[in-house]
Amino acid sequence: MLLLENVVVTQGAFRLTADWQAAAGARIAVIGPSGAGKSTLLSVIGGFFGADSGRVMWDGVDLTRMDPGARPITTVFQDQNLFPHLTIAQNLGLGIAPGLRLARADHARVDAALTRVGLAGMGPRLPAQLSGGQQSRAALARALLRARPLLLLDEPFAALGPALKADMLALVAELAGESGATVLMVTHDPKDAASFAPITCLVAGGVAHAPQPTAALLANPPPELAAYLG
Amino acid sequence: MAARIKPVMTDRAVIWAATGLAVAVMLLLLAPLGALGLSFSAATLTVAEGSALRFTLWQSVLSAGISVVLAVPVARALARRRFVGREVLIATLGAPFILPVIVAVLGLLAVFGRAGWVNGLLATLGLPAFSIYGLQGVVLAHVFFNMPLAVRMILHGWQAIPTERFRLAQSLGFSPRDVQRHIEWPMLRAVLPGAALVIFVICLASFAVALTLGGGPRATTVELAIYQAVRFDFDLPTAARLALLQFGLCALAFLVAARVALPSGFGAGGGRIGGPPAPGGWHRAGDVVAITLAALFFALPLGAVVLRGVPGLVDLPGQVWAAAGRSLGIALASTAVSIGVALVFAMAAARGRAWPALAATLPLAASSLVLGTGLFLLLQPYVRPSSLALPVTFVINAALSLPFAFRILAPEARSLYTDYHRLSQSLGLTAWARLRWVVLPRLSRPLGFAAGLVAALSMGDLGVIALFAGDAEATLPLIVHRLMGAYRMDQAAAAALVLVALSFTLFWIFDHWGRRYAAA
Repeated sequence: MLLLENVVVTQGAFRLTADWQAAAGARIAVIGPSGAGKSTLLSVIGGFFGADSGRVMWDGVDLTRMDPGARPITTVFQDQNLFPHLTIAQNLGLGIAPGLRLARADHARVDAALTRVGLAGMGPRLPAQLSGGQQSRAALARALLRARPLLLLDEPFAALGPALKADMLALVAELAGESGATVLMVTHDPKDAASFAPITCLVAGGVAHAPQPTAALLANPPPELAAYLG
Repeated sequence: MAARIKPVMTDRAVIWAATGLAVAVMLLLLAPLGALGLSFSAATLTVAEGSALRFTLWQSVLSAGISVVLAVPVARALARRRFVGREVLIATLGAPFILPVIVAVLGLLAVFGRAGWVNGLLATLGLPAFSIYGLQGVVLAHVFFNMPLAVRMILHGWQAIPTERFRLAQSLGFSPRDVQRHIEWPMLRAVLPGAALVIFVICLASFAVALTLGGGPRATTVELAIYQAVRFDFDLPTAARLALLQFGLCALAFLVAARVALPSGFGAGGGRIGGPPAPGGWHRAGDVVAITLAALFFALPLGAVVLRGVPGLVDLPGQVWAAAGRSLGIALASTAVSIGVALVFAMAAARGRAWPALAATLPLAASSLVLGTGLFLLLQPYVRPSSLALPVTFVINAALSLPFAFRILAPEARSLYTDYHRLSQSLGLTAWARLRWVVLPRLSRPLGFAAGLVAALSMGDLGVIALFAGDAEATLPLIVHRLMGAYRMDQAAAAALVLVALSFTLFWIFDHWGRRYAAA
């Protein structure tokens, strides 16, 4: 279970609060106007920003003081998810052993993960030799290898076309379903929220609201969301 | 924003390492200065010291002014003409930076010296001879070294003018004169003062040129006067006073340079389409002359060293090879230290700290002889100075090249941090894994380039070693200087050839290694 307990983040005049919890295995969309703090919320959970006060807990463990890599979390960023000078297999290997000392069995796991996301045989290539969609798949394959119970997606598919994006969302849903991971996904697009996430966290007016059923929220949006949806 | 990022283990490791190194750099600079301050007795300068100060300032002004004025037509010609070999020529303009001073001096002597080519020509024409010793020689050598730098800086300014502005000028029917007045002159007004300032500052700490071409009461720089006070008169109070004076000059220059945005001298010269209009007629002839003269000015002295040095290569005295070995050792050791420290400072600076940049550039405020004299004062009561010649040279070379290495690495480390810090963090990469798999591969190009520069600079350095070395500790540049002093010019040229070959090879190996490793 993810618990955000009285979390307060400030950056100059910007202020964001969050105080809610979500069940393990939940799929949550994070939606709201740009600049409202969607990415900041994920950064605080992921450990890249320190909160001014409050706690971030996972299954009763306090994550607030933990380094990002030590948290039970994988973050997939908007871009720069792969090191351009390392092969796809090496990029994935970092998810198993950050020192890249891989046993034979680890290489087999890398290959299996690549096959799972539809990139069989792409291991020796460099990221630049892959299309945007394939790069996203590689990032997801690494998340699969890391097998952390909480997956944070910070608009990683924003640059993809509609059909590719739908494919990727379906893949994420499948992978999360298999592993039982909890997913938080930032998105601009209410259609993504509707198709992917049963519940949605609205970030607006300095508050990350408790997640509520997506369909109801979109059907009957509060004023801030209505203004954003247009 | 940066202050809000949570410091994690690797960040803390970098910051701690940088803090320790910053303290070490400060101590290395402050201890010699403290020693100088303690032996400070009289604040008044003698007549000789006053004239050294005046000469230092005057030759710097002349060198900066002449370099910049001569550089303008060359830079303009390079900016607006396209010809075979242009790229090579522009790249070669970076070479004097790593050319050992003593080699260039030897070449200039062959061309402009008493029995040189130019005087031969003048004699044939019945004109009076030109003497390369004294003010004119010092300025000539400084122009040789710094005019290419000025050309690169000014060329950069020319290339920074948007092509659209020249197209607009064409559509408005501007004559070449109008283009100069409305487009080129404003650019020059912005670029020239910075370029002149850089060269002025470089020339303030001139030692090797003054040692070889200057000297005597009328052509002694402060750096040279320090050397003479220690080496010939063993007058340590005078040396200390002069060293403090030189430190004042350098510190002043450092403060000025820190305030003025210095134009960049590296990396100019892409083959962009467009650029300034290329008028024909006598403009074209003028450009051809400018480029030809500049190319000859740089090629002839080097060609002279090669011509004179090659025959002597076969029976070089054994001391030359021994000195070459010592120089290589010092160059490699100071490169390792300088690049390592610069990398730590660059990574700490990338994490939003301001003090690493200060610590890394602080050595600019000291000169080779200032630090050397301070260390000499500190150490000579306890140990024989000559036994410390090599360690001291290694440390001072590493410290003095730190600012260059840092300047090259800092922007790259910054963008690496911005692009991949969060990813590295989220994967939980340890400090070692991050260095091995992220930092070294991503920064290998600037690391190789910086290492090449530092190694070549250290290889060719003729500074503090002259203060300390006896017969058994001489480095290769010092051996060349001693052979010249003994009028064994053919051997000097051969040793100089070895020196320049080693310097450029070191640069090439490191730079090439960096590019190759970065190929992915």
